[in-house]
Amino acid sequence: MHPAPSVIIFSTISGLGFGLMLFLGLGLPDVSGWVAATFATVALGLATIGLLASTFHLGNPKNAIYAFSQWQTSWLSREGIMAVLTLAVFFIYAALWAFMDNRIPMLGYLASAMAMVTVFTTSMIYAQLKTVPRWNTAVTPLLFLLYASAGGALLSNQMTVALVLLGLIIAFQAMAWLQGDTALERSGSSIESATGLGDLGKVRLLEKPHSGENYLLKEMVYVVGRKHAAKLRVLALVLVALLPALLILLTDVNHVIVAIIMLSHIIGLFAQRWLFFAQAEHVVGLYYDAR
Amino acid sequence: MTKHHQPKLDTSPVVSDEIRRTTCYMCACRCGINVHMKDSKVKYIEGNRDHPVNKGVLCAKGSAGVMQHYAPSRLRNPMKRVGERGEGKFEDISWEEAFDIAVGLLKPIREKDPKKLAFFTGRDQSQSMTGWWAQNYGTLNYAAHGGFCSVNMAAGGIYTMGGAFWEFGAPDWDRAKLFMIFGVAEDHDSNPIKMGLGKLKANGAKIIGVNPIRSGYNAIADEWVGITPGTDGLFILSLIHELLKAGKVDLNYLIRYTNMPFLVNQVEGSDQFGLFVRDSDSNQLVWDRASNKAVPYETKGAKPAMSGMVEVDGVQCRPAFELLAEKYLTDEYTPEAVEERVGIPAARIRSIAADIARVAFDEEITLDIPWTDWKGEKHEKMTGRPVAMHAMRGISAHSNGFQTARALHVLQILVGSVEVPGGFRFKPPYPKSVEDHPKPHHTVTPGAPLNGPHLGYPRGPEDLCLEEDGSAKRIDKAFTWENPLSAHGMMHMVISNAHAGDPYKIDTLFMYMANMSWNSSMNTSQVMDMLRDKDEDGNHVIPNIIYSDAYSSEMVAFADLILPDTTYLERHDCISLLDRPICEADGLADSIRWPVVEPDRDVRGFQSVLIELGARLGLPAMVNEDGTAKFKDYADYIVNHERRPGVGPLAGWRGKDGEGKGRGEPNPEQLNKYIENGGFWHEDIEPTNAFYKPWNKGYQEWAVERGIFDKESPYVFTVYQEIIQKFRLAAEGHGDIQPPEHLREQVKMAMDPLPIWYEPFEQTLINKDEYPIHALTQRPMAMYHSWGTQNAWLRQIHGRNPLFISGELWAEHGFSEGDWAQVTSPNGTITVPVVLMEALNAKTIWTWNAIGKRKGAWALQEDAPETKEGFLLNYLISELLPAKKDGQRWSNSDPVTGQAAWFDLRVNIKRVDAPADLQTNPTFAAQESPVGKGPKDIAFGEEWK
Amino acid sequence: MTQLPTSTEKKLGLVIDLDTCVGCHACVISCKGWNTNEYGAPLSDMDAYGGDPSGTFLNRVHTFEAKQEGCASQTIHFPKSCLHCEDAPCVPVCPTGASYKREEDGIVLVNEDKCMGCGLCAWACPYGARELDEMAGVMKKCTLCVDRIYNENLPEEDRIPSCVRTCPAGARHFGDFADPESNVSKLVAERGGMDLMPEQGTKPVNKYLPPRPKADVNGTQAPALEAQSEEITGFLGWLDRTLEKI
Ligand SMILES: Nc1nc2c(c(=O)[nH]1)N[C@H]1C(S)=C(S)[C@@H](COP(=O)(O)OP(=O)(O)OC[C@H]3O[C@@H](n4cnc5c(=O)[nH]c(N)nc54)[C@H](O)[C@@H]3O)O[C@H]1N2
Ligand SMILES: Nc1nc2c(c(=O)[nH]1)N[C@H]1C(S)=C(S)[C@@H](COP(=O)(O)OP(=O)(O)OC[C@H]3O[C@@H](n4cnc5c(=O)[nH]c(N)nc54)[C@H](O)[C@@H]3O)O[C@H]1N2
Ligand code: SF4
Ligand code: SF4
Ligand code: SF4
Ligand code: SF4
Ligand code: SF4
Ligand SMILES: [Mo]
Repeated sequence: MHPAPSVIIFSTISGLGFGLMLFLGLGLPDVSGWVAATFATVALGLATIGLLASTFHLGNPKNAIYAFSQWQTSWLSREGIMAVLTLAVFFIYAALWAFMDNRIPMLGYLASAMAMVTVFTTSMIYAQLKTVPRWNTAVTPLLFLLYASAGGALLSNQMTVALVLLGLIIAFQAMAWLQGDTALERSGSSIESATGLGDLGKVRLLEKPHSGENYLLKEMVYVVGRKHAAKLRVLALVLVALLPALLILLTDVNHVIVAIIMLSHIIGLFAQRWLFFAQAEHVVGLYYDAR
Repeated sequence: MTKHHQPKLDTSPVVSDEIRRTTCYMCACRCGINVHMKDSKVKYIEGNRDHPVNKGVLCAKGSAGVMQHYAPSRLRNPMKRVGERGEGKFEDISWEEAFDIAVGLLKPIREKDPKKLAFFTGRDQSQSMTGWWAQNYGTLNYAAHGGFCSVNMAAGGIYTMGGAFWEFGAPDWDRAKLFMIFGVAEDHDSNPIKMGLGKLKANGAKIIGVNPIRSGYNAIADEWVGITPGTDGLFILSLIHELLKAGKVDLNYLIRYTNMPFLVNQVEGSDQFGLFVRDSDSNQLVWDRASNKAVPYETKGAKPAMSGMVEVDGVQCRPAFELLAEKYLTDEYTPEAVEERVGIPAARIRSIAADIARVAFDEEITLDIPWTDWKGEKHEKMTGRPVAMHAMRGISAHSNGFQTARALHVLQILVGSVEVPGGFRFKPPYPKSVEDHPKPHHTVTPGAPLNGPHLGYPRGPEDLCLEEDGSAKRIDKAFTWENPLSAHGMMHMVISNAHAGDPYKIDTLFMYMANMSWNSSMNTSQVMDMLRDKDEDGNHVIPNIIYSDAYSSEMVAFADLILPDTTYLERHDCISLLDRPICEADGLADSIRWPVVEPDRDVRGFQSVLIELGARLGLPAMVNEDGTAKFKDYADYIVNHERRPGVGPLAGWRGKDGEGKGRGEPNPEQLNKYIENGGFWHEDIEPTNAFYKPWNKGYQEWAVERGIFDKESPYVFTVYQEIIQKFRLAAEGHGDIQPPEHLREQVKMAMDPLPIWYEPFEQTLINKDEYPIHALTQRPMAMYHSWGTQNAWLRQIHGRNPLFISGELWAEHGFSEGDWAQVTSPNGTITVPVVLMEALNAKTIWTWNAIGKRKGAWALQEDAPETKEGFLLNYLISELLPAKKDGQRWSNSDPVTGQAAWFDLRVNIKRVDAPADLQTNPTFAAQESPVGKGPKDIAFGEEWK
Repeated sequence: MTQLPTSTEKKLGLVIDLDTCVGCHACVISCKGWNTNEYGAPLSDMDAYGGDPSGTFLNRVHTFEAKQEGCASQTIHFPKSCLHCEDAPCVPVCPTGASYKREEDGIVLVNEDKCMGCGLCAWACPYGARELDEMAGVMKKCTLCVDRIYNENLPEEDRIPSCVRTCPAGARHFGDFADPESNVSKLVAERGGMDLMPEQGTKPVNKYLPPRPKADVNGTQAPALEAQSEEITGFLGWLDRTLEKI
C-alpha cells in the first residue's frame, strides 16, 4: 500500500496521544496543576493533530461528518466516534484534574480504557482487511496497542513499564514481520485465483490495462525493494525499541536522555509505520503481477 | 438504525437534447454513430443500431471520438511557414491568402508541366473525388496510400477472382464452420470482424489464427499457428499440396466457375506460351470430353477435360488445372519440405489440411434457395462449403505478398468456398473482374486534364506508364518493370524519388491526411532530412509543400502552406460506391458525414477547399462555361456531380422523385434523405441473388439496375492468370515492351501465372546470421495510427510501446524485467524498453504501431511518455533494399505491385541497461506547436452536471 | 446503510466471456464516455496531455499469458469492473454510509453526496474495482449503468449497460443471476462460469466464462488426409474417375 504521510502521521501521532492518555488516566505520573495540564495538553494535542492529519487523506472532507454514522459496521466510523468520545471524556477528566485539582480516578480509568479502545478501532481498520493478508491478523491490533502504550509510557516517564512494552514490541514486531512475509502466499490468493486461469497453466501479466498511471497502482501497488526493507526493519526496531530500552537501562535518565529516547522512538515509529504500509501487499496487485 | 435504506436515484436521466446520426471517422471502417448533442455540443457517442456496418456496436476509438473532436491539437487557421521546415513555426493567414498562395503555385505548373505537381492523399476516404480533381488538373502524379498499405491484398484478389478480402468481401459469418484468419491484427473491417468472430464463437465454429503473434483475434482462435513471418505462401501451397493429393478439391466448382479447364498453350519458346488458346472470336477454349474437341468455355453442356495434352489448330495445349496440379503436387510442397521454413510441424500442416477438407466436403451445407446462372441454367439449391478465410497485412506487407494473397485465394477456390454459403462472400460493387476495372492513364497535356483515371489494373506490358526510353513516367515509378501491377500507386516512394530527382524533379508536393514525415514513411529520420534538404542555392530540393491536416501532426511542421481541415463531425463526407464501399455481402450501402456541429475555428472541410481551388484554377469539371464555380462546396458536389449519366457519388434517393436506387438524376433533397435515415442508404440483396454473384444472372441484372455495371459482366475466376504470364513472356524476350536487362530475372521469377512462394527480398540480401530476427508491428485496437495519441482517453491505454520479445530470444539474450534492448537493422539502430511475450514466434519481436511521437507534436507536453518511452520501428525500415551485388539498391517492395514490404524487416538485438533518462533512441529536436499545449487536468462532462 | 441487505430481489450483473474477448477496449471507453457524463461527478483525467496522464476508469482490460510446461502459451484478454459481490466487503467498511448495495437488484453503488473520499472501500475490494477520482475526491465504481438499465428515456433495447451495448465481439452479457432461466444464468451453467478469487468470500455476482481448450495447446490433431497415390499419375487417375461422375 502507498505509505501516505498523512496516514502515517495520523496513526503514529494519535497513537502516542492516546497512549499518553492511557497513563494519565491511570493517574501516572502523579502530578497536578500546570504540570498535569501540560501532560494533558500534550496528550490531547497529539491525538487531535493525529486525527486532523487523517483528514488530509480524505478526498472530500466536507462529507467527513457522515463518518460518525456507521458504527454498526464500519471500524473507521467506530474509530471516529471513539476518538471524539475519548477526547471529550479525557478532556473533562483532565480539566477537573488540572484546573480543579479534582482527579476523578473512575473517570480516568474510563478515559484510559477508551483510549485503548480507540487505538484498537484504529488498528481494526487495517486488521479487518482480508485484501491485505499481512494486516489481516490479530497481531495487528496487538502491535498497535503495544506501540501506543509504549509511547505513552515513555511520554509519561513510566520507564519500567516502558521497558516491558518495548521488549514485547521487539518480540511481536519481529514475529509480525516474519509471518507477514508469507501472508499473501498463505492467504490462498494468487494470480491464478485472481484470474481464474490457473487451469491453463502458470499465469503472468502481459500488458497492464493502461500504460498510464491509475489510482489502484498508486494506492495499492507500492513495491519496496527487499534489501532496502530489511535494513529499514532493523533500523526501525533499533530506534523504536532497542535504543530507548538501552538508554533506560544503561543511563541515568535525565531530560536530555528522555528527549533522545523520544526522538529515537518517534523516528523508529515512523519507520515502522512506513514499513507497515509500504510492505503491505494488496491482493489487487496480483492483477498487475506487481508485488 | 439497522434498517437498510437507500438514497432515491434518478434512474431515468435525459441523455441529450437531440441525437444526430452520422458516420464515424476514427478509422476507415466507417461505422454509423449516434452523436448525442447537449446545448448544441457533442456530449456522447454510441453506435447506430440500424447501421449496416456496425449494427450498434462501437469500438474504443469510436466512443472516444468525443475527445478527438475536442482535442486541443486541432488546427485553427490556415498557416504559412515562417521558420525552417520541421521547426513548426507558422504564421496564421486568411483563407484568401491561402488560396492565393496555392493558386500562385499550381496555376503555372498546370500551364507548363502538370506532372510537376505530385498530389498524394493518405488515409483518405474520398479518393474518387481527389482522383477526379487530380485528373482534371492534369497531373499523372496522383495516388492515395494504398501502395504502402495493402495493395498486394487488393491486386492479388482482383487479378485472381475480381475482389479481395478487406473492403471487397467478407466471410459468411453466419454460416462458416471453419474460419482461418491470416496476418490480421485489426483490419479496416474492424467492428464487422469482431462481430463476426463473436458469431462464429456463438455458433461453435472453429477459428484458426495464422500469425506469428498470439494477441487480439489470435488470442481467441481455437488453434494458433505461430508462423514464421514471410512464409504464409509456402504454408498455403503445402495445404494445397495435401488437398490435391487427397483429391479434396471441388472439381465441379472449378469447371463451372474458374478458368481451370481453359487450354493453355504449351509450345515452348512461342510468344503465346502459357497464354490461353482462343478461337477466332477470342473465346477461351476448353477440351470437351463428350465431343472430343475444343469448344468455347461457355458452351452449354460441354464436359471440359481437366487434364491431358491436346492439339488445337496445331497448338499443343493442356488444361490449366493440370499445370496447377503438377506444380503443387511436387515434393517441393510436402509438409516435410516446408515445415522448417514456415516454423510449423508437418503433422500440424496435415491436420489443418484435413480440417479444411472435412469441413468443406463432409460438412457441406445447402440452402433451399433456387437461382439461375448466367448461362440460364436453373439450380434448385445453393451448395455451401463452410470454410471461410480472411487475411490482411500480415501477408500483404511482404515482398512476396502478391503471390501469397493469390495462393490464399486459390486455396479457397480449390475447395469451392468463394461466393458460396458458409464461405467467402463479395460485397457489392464487387465482384468485378479485372477486365471491368480501369487501366492506368498517363498522358499529360499542359493546361488540360489527364486522359483518364490515374490508377488501374494493367492487362499487359502495353499498359505500363513508361516513357519511350523505358524510364518511369510517374514520380513514384508505379506501373514500371520494377512493379508492373502497382494498382494503387506507390506513395512511399514519392518523397525519396522527388528528393533524388529520379525520374525527375517536381515543383510542388501536395498532400492530404498522411503523416509522411513520421509513421507512414519507411525510415522516418531520412525522410525528415529529405523534406528539409536544400540545394547549393539554398532552395529546398522539394521546392513547395502544401498539406492539409486537421491536427498538429509531425507532418504539419514540414509544410510551407497548411490548409486546416475540420474534424469529422464538422464536415460533409461521402462514403461512395465509387470509392471504398461500406457494403456488406447481403446488401448495397453508402453513407455520408454531415456537420453535426459547425467548426468553432477558421477551418474548412478539405474537399470543399479542393473544389474551390479547382474553380479558382479553372479546372474544366469545376467551372461553368462562364468561368464561375460549378459547385458551391463538397455537399453540392456530392449531390450534383455525375460520374456517368445518372450515376453519382451517392446511390440512395436519386432522381427527381427520390425513388432512384443507384441510378437517377441528381436529387436536391438527397442529403436530407440521408440525414433522416441515419446518414446512410442501404438495400438488401434478394436471397436468390446473394450468392454466386459473378455467375448469378439475377445478381448481374440487379447490379446493372443499380448502376454497378452498365452491362451484365459475368466472368470466371482467373486462378491461372494469363495477364501475369504476358509480363513474363516479355521478360523472356517477346514483344515490343520488355524489361531492362537488370530486371529480366526478377520479372521472370515473380510474374508466375500460378501462385508461387519465394523468400522475402530483404533477407536474401543480408547475412541472415547477422540479422536473425524478424521485427513486426501490429495496430493496437484502441489507437488509429498516429492520430489516436491526441485523445486524452486513448493515450492512457497506449501511451508507450515496449518491444515484445519471444521467450526463446528473452532467454538467449539474458533479458530481465526492466531491461532495454538495442535493435539493429541494416538501416539503423534503436534503443527501446522490452517486455517478455511467450505466445510469440520464437524468432520474432514486435511492437505496437505508431505510438512513438515527436516532441512538440499533437499539443502534448514535451515529456509525454509517447515521446520518451514510445518509439517507431520505422527508423529501422528503408524504402530501399540493401545494395545488391551489382551495387543497385532496389525498392523494398513487392516486385509485382510495389507494396511496401514493412514486415520483411530483419534485425538483431542486444540487451542493454535502461538508460538513466529512460529516453528511447533516436529522439529528435522538439517541433513548435502552432496550437499550444493541451490543458492539464480535465473532467469531461462537468458542464452538464 | 452500509449494512448489506440480507438478500436482494434480483442479482443483476455481467457475464464476461474470456473465450470471445479480443481485448479491444471498446467497453472501457464506452463506459468512460457514458459515466463521465451521467452518474455523479465526471471521471477526470489528470495531466491529460502531459507526461503522467492518469484518469478514472470504471472498467479496464488486462492481458495475461498462461503457459503449461512444454506447451504453447496462451493470451487472455481480461476485462474487469465491479463484480457487484453478494458479500461485498467494500460496503460495510464505509464509514459514511455512502457505499451501499441495492435491495432491489443488488447493484453496489456509492452515494457521492455522502462519500468523504477516505478510500477504505477501495482497500476492501479485492478486485480493484473502485477508484477515487482525483479531481472530485469521491469514490467511483461501475454503476452497472443503473441510469441506463431502467432509463425510460432510452429505447427499450438500449436499457442495458453501455459496455454491453458496445462490445463488438459480444463478449459481455447482462442479466439477472437470480433467475435461473436468464441468459446469464444459462451461459454460466453451460460454460462453467467462474468466480474471481473465491477464497476472498465476496461471492461475486459477475461471472467469467473460461477460454475453451485450444487445439494447439492441448487438443488433438486431425489425422492426415488419405492420399490418392504418392505419384502424380495417381492424382490424374482420381481426376478421371471423378470427372466421370460429374
Ligand atoms: N512500422 C510500420 N509503419 C507503418 C505501418 C506498419 O504496419 N508498420 N503501416 C502503414 C500503413 S498500412 C498506413 S495506412 C500508414 C498510415 O499512416 P498515416 O497515413 O500517416 O496515418 P495517420 O497517422 O493516421 O496520419 C494521417 C494524418 O491525417 C491526419 N488527419 C486525421 N484526421 C484528419 C482529418 O479529418 N482531415 C485531415 N486533413 N487530416 C486528418 C492526422 O492528423 C495525421 O497527420 O502507416 C504505414 N506505416
Ligand atoms: N485500431 C486500428 N485499426 C486500424 C488501423 C489502426 O491504425 N488502428 N489502421 C487501418 C489500416 S491503414 C490498415 S492497413 C489496417 C491493417 O490491418 P492489419 O492488417 O490487421 O494490420 P497490422 O496491424 O499491420 O497487422 C498485421 C498482422 O500481421 C501479422 N504478421 C506480420 N507478418 C506476418 C506473416 O508473415 N504472416 C502472418 N500470417 N502474419 C503476419 C502481424 O503479427 C499482425 O498481427 O488496419 C486498419 N484498421
Ligand atoms: S471501427 Fe471504430 S473507429 Fe473505426 S469507424 Fe468503426 S467505430 Fe469508428
Ligand atoms: S469490448 Fe468486448 S471484446 Fe472488447 S475488450 Fe471489452 S469485453 Fe473484450
Ligand atoms: S467488486 Fe469490489 S467494489 Fe464491487 S462489490 Fe465486489 S468488493 Fe465491492
Ligand atoms: S471512499 Fe467514500 S464510499 Fe468509500 S469508504 Fe470512504 S466514504 Fe465510503
Ligand atoms: S456496467 Fe456500466 S459502469 Fe459498469 S463497466 Fe459497464 S459501462 Fe461501466
Ligand atoms: Mo493502411
